[in-house]
Order: sequence, then C-alpha cells, then structure tokens
Amino acid sequence: MKVSIYRYNPETDREPWMQDYEVDTGGKDLMVLDVLALIKDRDSSLTYRRSCREGVCGSDGMNINGKNGLACITPLSEVAPGVLEGKKPLVVRPLPGLPVIRDLAVDMTMFYNQYEKVKPYLINETPAPAIERLQTPEDRAKIDGLYECILCACCSTSCPSFWWNPEKFLGPAALLQSYRFLADSRDQATTERLGHLDDPFSLFRCRGIMNCVSVCPKGLNPTKAIGHIRSMLLERAV
Amino acid sequence: MSIRTVTFDAVIVGGGGAGMRASLQLAQSGFKTALISKVFPTRSHTVSAQGGITCAIASSDPNDDWRWHMYDTVKGSDYIGDQDAVEYMCSVGPEAVFELEHMGLPFSRTEEGRIYQRPFGGQSKNYGEGGQAARTCAAADRTGHALLHTLYQQNVKHNTQFYSEWLAVELVKNAQGQVCGVIALCIETGEVVFFKSKATVFATGGAGRIYASTTNALINTGDGMGMALRAGVPAQDIEMWQFHPTGIYGAGTLVTEGCRGEGGYLINKDGERFMERYAPNAKDLAGRDVVARSMMMEILDGRGCGPNGDHVLLKLDHLGEEVLHSRLPGICELSKTFAHVDPVKAPVPVVPTCHYMMGGIPANIHGQALRLSAGHDGDDQIIDGLFAVGEVACVSVHGANRLGGNSLLDLVVFGRAAGLHIEDALRQGMTQAEPSTDDIDQAMARMRRWNESDKGDSVTDLRKELQQTMQNHFGVFRKGDLMAEGVKKLADLRERIAGAHLTDKSNAFNTARIEALELDNLLEVAEATAIAAEGRTESRGAHSRYDFPDRDDENWLCHSIYDPLTKQLGKRAVNFAPKTVDTFQPKVRTY
Repeated sequence: MKVSIYRYNPETDREPWMQDYEVDTGGKDLMVLDVLALIKDRDSSLTYRRSCREGVCGSDGMNINGKNGLACITPLSEVAPGVLEGKKPLVVRPLPGLPVIRDLAVDMTMFYNQYEKVKPYLINETPAPAIERLQTPEDRAKIDGLYECILCACCSTSCPSFWWNPEKFLGPAALLQSYRFLADSRDQATTERLGHLDDPFSLFRCRGIMNCVSVCPKGLNPTKAIGHIRSMLLERAV
Repeated sequence: MSIRTVTFDAVIVGGGGAGMRASLQLAQSGFKTALISKVFPTRSHTVSAQGGITCAIASSDPNDDWRWHMYDTVKGSDYIGDQDAVEYMCSVGPEAVFELEHMGLPFSRTEEGRIYQRPFGGQSKNYGEGGQAARTCAAADRTGHALLHTLYQQNVKHNTQFYSEWLAVELVKNAQGQVCGVIALCIETGEVVFFKSKATVFATGGAGRIYASTTNALINTGDGMGMALRAGVPAQDIEMWQFHPTGIYGAGTLVTEGCRGEGGYLINKDGERFMERYAPNAKDLAGRDVVARSMMMEILDGRGCGPNGDHVLLKLDHLGEEVLHSRLPGICELSKTFAHVDPVKAPVPVVPTCHYMMGGIPANIHGQALRLSAGHDGDDQIIDGLFAVGEVACVSVHGANRLGGNSLLDLVVFGRAAGLHIEDALRQGMTQAEPSTDDIDQAMARMRRWNESDKGDSVTDLRKELQQTMQNHFGVFRKGDLMAEGVKKLADLRERIAGAHLTDKSNAFNTARIEALELDNLLEVAEATAIAAEGRTESRGAHSRYDFPDRDDENWLCHSIYDPLTKQLGKRAVNFAPKTVDTFQPKVRTY
C-alpha cells in the first residue's frame, strides 16, 4: 500500500513536504502505528511519539486521512474505505494547529498551558478525615465520561475555535477537565472555577461545532461538558 | 568536553507513579527538585495499570487486616520478599491510599460511599484460612490512569519543575563511588546537560521490552537498571520476571486480573475450567505464576485453543453486559480493538505475557540503593546519593512473584517513603558529592560512541534479535542448556551492539538516537536476567526450571545478587524479622 507522510526536519528542511512510502502489510488490518513502525524500521529518521500502544497514554495523536485520532488504536480498515485494500493511500500528518517540532511530533506547550489554566486538581480546604472522603455511587457516576481524558489533544486541535484563538479560548480538553472538577462532589471551588471562565473567550468561544466529540478516541463528549458549564454560569448569573 | 550544569537538591528520574509521588513529597517541602521524564509524565506506563491498588482499607470487609495482606504478599513472593519491607508497605498502605483519595483520585464507590474493592489473585482473609478476600481498591478498570493523572495534577498544583521529554543517559559518580547526578538529553533540542544533585532518585520503571511479547509500553526499556548496571550497581533477583496470565493473544496488551476477580475464568479447547485442577481452592485467582504455568501446561499438553492450539480463552460473557460495562469498560474496549472480540458475547483469547520485573536495584524501605561490601556474603552498603523506587527497585516486597494490585501500592508507598527520607536528610544537611571533569566526561562516553559510529548493524535488527533471544531462552519454563545458549547469544549481541550504527545524527527530536541509547539499556537488563536465571538452580515463584523443578530452601531461600563488573551471581540474605508481627515461616505454597 502507499503511505504518504508529512516530513519536516528543522535542521535540513526549509519547509515541510510529503514523503511517499510503499509498505507491504501482507493485507493485514494493522494499526496505523504498526504501519509507521514498519516504515521506521527502514527509515529511522521518521519521527513520531508513542508509548503504551493501546490507547491509554495519549502520545500518538495525529491526523490520519484528515481526521485526528490515535495511531495505535486506529486500524487501517477504519481510516477510510479503500485504504486497507491499498486502493487509496494512507495519509498521515501532525495534529493541526500546533507548531511542528519534527515530522509528526508537535509542540504541545500551548495545549498543556490551557490544561493548567483550569486548575486541574481537586480543591477542598476542609481537613481530610482519617479515612477517605465519602462519595455516593451516584455522585461518583457524575464524573464518568470526564476523568478518562488522556490529554492526547485530538479534540482541541480539531476545533476551529481553538485554531482561531488558542491564547484565549481554553479548548475542549481543558474545559472537559474543568467540568470534571466542577462535577466532583468533593470539590469546593465551584465559584472560583466558574469565575475564571466567565469572559467572552475562555469558554464562550465554543460554537458547538462538535469536532471534539467526533474525534475523541475515548468516546468522551467535551461539548456536553461545556454545555453543563454554560448552564452553571447562567444559573449563577440569575 | 564541557557541558551545561544545572544544580538541584534532588533529581527524580522517571515520571510514573513512583517518581511523581516522590517529587510531590519534595515539592511540598520546598526543596529544589527536578523531575526528568522521557515522556510527558501522564504517558508513563503507570497509566496502563487497570485492576487496582491492593490495600487493607477495610471497606469491603470491615474486619480486614493489613497483616492478612502481608501474609498473602509473603506467600505470593514464595518467601523471598523481605518481611520488614512487606510489613512496611502493607501497614503504611492505607494511609498512602487515603491520601490519594484526598488528592482527588476518582475511585469507584460502594453503596456506603467508601472506596470499592474487588477480589484479586492470591488474596485471603485470616492468613489463608478465611477464604477469598476483596482487597483491591479500584477506579473501574482504569486505576493506573486515575492514579497517574491525580499525581500529575497534584504536582502541577505544587509547582514541581518538570523536564518532560528529557532522557537520562548516564549516572555521574566520583572516584569514591558516590553518585553526583545524571547526564540527560533534551529530546526536543538534542542538548546534553549535567543534572547535579544531592539525591538522585531512579523511578524509571521496568524493562518488559527485553521480551518480544510483553504487556509493557514501548518505553519500558530498563533505562534506570541499565544506567545502574553500567555504573557497577548490582541487580537483585533480576531473574524473576512475571508473566501475566492474560495478555491478549497476538497483541500482548493486558486484560486485568480484575476480570477473574469479577468472576471471569479461563477455559481450554474443551471448554473446561482447567484451573480447578491446578488450584482447587483459589482456582483462577491463584498466584499469577501458578496460573501462567497452568495455562502453558494446557497449551503444551495439546489443550490450547485456535488453529495452532497456542492460547486459551478468558470467559466473561456470563457476567452480563451491565457488570462488564460498569466494572470493566476499558477491557471491553481493548478486547474489541485488539482481539476483535466483544467480551459480552464471546471469550477473549489470552496467553501468558511478560509483564513485570520483580528484581531491580537493591534498596531499603527509604529507597536508598544498596550494594554488598567486598567479599562473599558482605554486609549491605548504602550507595551515597542514589535512590530507587517503584518497579526499578527491589526492596523487595514482591520476591519471586508479585501479587496483582501490589505494584501500584509499591509505587505510592515507596515513592512517598523516599521523598520523606530525602526531605529529612536534606534538612539535616545532606551534602553534594563532587565529580571531577573526568567523571563527567566518562558519563558522556556512550553518547559519543553512538554519535561517532559510522558502520555496523542497525539498532532495530539488534533489538529484535535480543527480544527474540529472551523470548526463546528465558520464558515461562526454563532449562539449563537452553539458557546457557541464550547467555552466549547475548554475549555475541553485546559485541555487535558495541559496534552498531546510528545513521541519524541530527539533534531535533531524534528518536533514532533515543532508541539506540535504549538498546544499550535493554542489553544490560537482558544479560543480567540471563546470567541470574542460569545461576539460580531451583524453581521458585516466577522462575521455573525443568532441570530443577523444586524449590530449594536450603540453598536458595535468598536473594540473588548479580554483579555487573564480574558478571557473577552472589547471594544476599532475605529479611525474616518484621518489627511488629511474628515471622511468616516458609511453607509449601499451594492455592
């Protein structure tokens, strides 16, 4: 099959280019990461991040035939019709909207800064009991679908609002994280958290485009979380 | 050659659970601390831990007792776990777990609002007399992810100084053998820097990638153990590798023991629940070494599944969709992705897969690295400036076989303990060991070697050959002659790796260079494993030999100590003197 990969080495390339590789997959429905590894066996200069190779560490977010996803859990058969059969090329590019360091590795500083801005940690000033803080299964269920985020950046880098205003709009991943703590019955910083989001950009730049939902490899729904925060902000206002 | 030097009170190498628990302790204390991690911390392998963290917090059973947990752990270790260390881990455990909850870890809950605990292998009540216990605290089947992210969040809160995507390359030690810090490489720019520090803490994890088939992340290349061995630090019980019973056949990805804890069981090609024959009481929840061996026996006796009869099946469908989706959602996802099987409808094909390194850098309960003083059966000697916590350390709480759920406990208990100890030592005026220019230069030799290489075998080919050698010669069942052959192959590989070629010499995000440096570490750990495995002439825990099928307490109720300088195997006494409970005497180990 034909694989077309975005290449850029800051030491030798003046601008990025696409390199085509012919890869023999033996007709197997490999993961995209396996295909990249086959290429790297021959061309050690090909650069990408990877770690767990099972979709939980969030290292290998990339743009695969136009859609953001994790290379390690995206089988060729799910990329696009014809890719597995070799009728259409596999096209791999770095996540859009972030500066490229080299090939498929992007500089994620901006993404991590957004995460840190929402104070992504439990705030509870009450002295802790000798055992755990109690939480009902119902309250615990409220953070299902929120705490599972792996910080792969597939969502934020697929979001047009993030592309336009990465400095001011927090992006879906950070907002999902913010709601993870707003929804946690053990957290006491609701007022403070909402206060930090109550401006025209941080949260309200979300236009409900829902690219984040369609690309999230963990099946999470940042748009819904953003909706919940909006409601909390509105309730606070009245 | 002079390089930039940065100075810290403590440098922690590794951003998994153990490293981030240690860094959190030190960040809170205000000492100047750096955490070096070759990946962004939440990409560390702790994130893959599924089933939970075992600890007697008395939620599922109000009468639970940490001493029962200690008994299980000592028995699970096949009696070469150090009883003072196991005592410390099991007794301090509840405090360390409650702290995690207070930090925000989203544990699953019981109706009473307490932390949910599930049964895991090798767990009992009342010192093996009271039946199966449920002692593993869980956040669904994503406990490692929840734990790692919580620790990262707390480190963000307390302003830990992270050096993310920096690879520690070599220890710097001086003529007195004191550790002065590490040389590390910035992956993004290629800059090499000397991190000078009073305390250097290795929290670098395991090295499962020495095997061709492993549940471990691609980053688990034994970097800390490799650096230690090159610096002359010994490896303890390094022959002890855990093969997890349920790696997904073909892919190697893990499905948690929690599947069996929730009621799943293994079947052979006849649909028989074969563990009833091997472990009549605990059945599928016997120790991992016992279950893995039983599976291999089924396969070798021709009762394996599939066209090649080379795996067995994990049956889960009888648990029902609701239990599977609420308790094991991650497993459902992984099975569909990697085995093309929906556990709600069909059993999952599984095979024992390399999972965990019980051995490592010998360390005490404060994380201080140890070597034996000169002479046979020498006393423990503390290595100034060096600490080891988590999987790279051998404290030893796991002995010859780790119990499920004990690795996450090990991480937080000993990461915390090392942090507390270093904090105290710094307050009392711990001094900086000074290296000479030559000492630093020596630590750069390996980087130079790769940078100057202009011919030789490819890193990828050598890595694959090494992994296949370990897979074929040092697997679940071992045999003297086969291992001797493996040792020879590794000696040959050592020569070829010393002359191997790094083709890409660029600086920016050069992952080819990282893989080359990792290969050196894989080789160190593989060779130590091979020589120690050949040397331990008995079967104990995970180390199972056809030619020495029995446990030999007369000669081998002890740790093995591999000395990298002489490549000889020595012995070190196991601790049988816990402080607050009676010694657990070695017994025949049955489940």
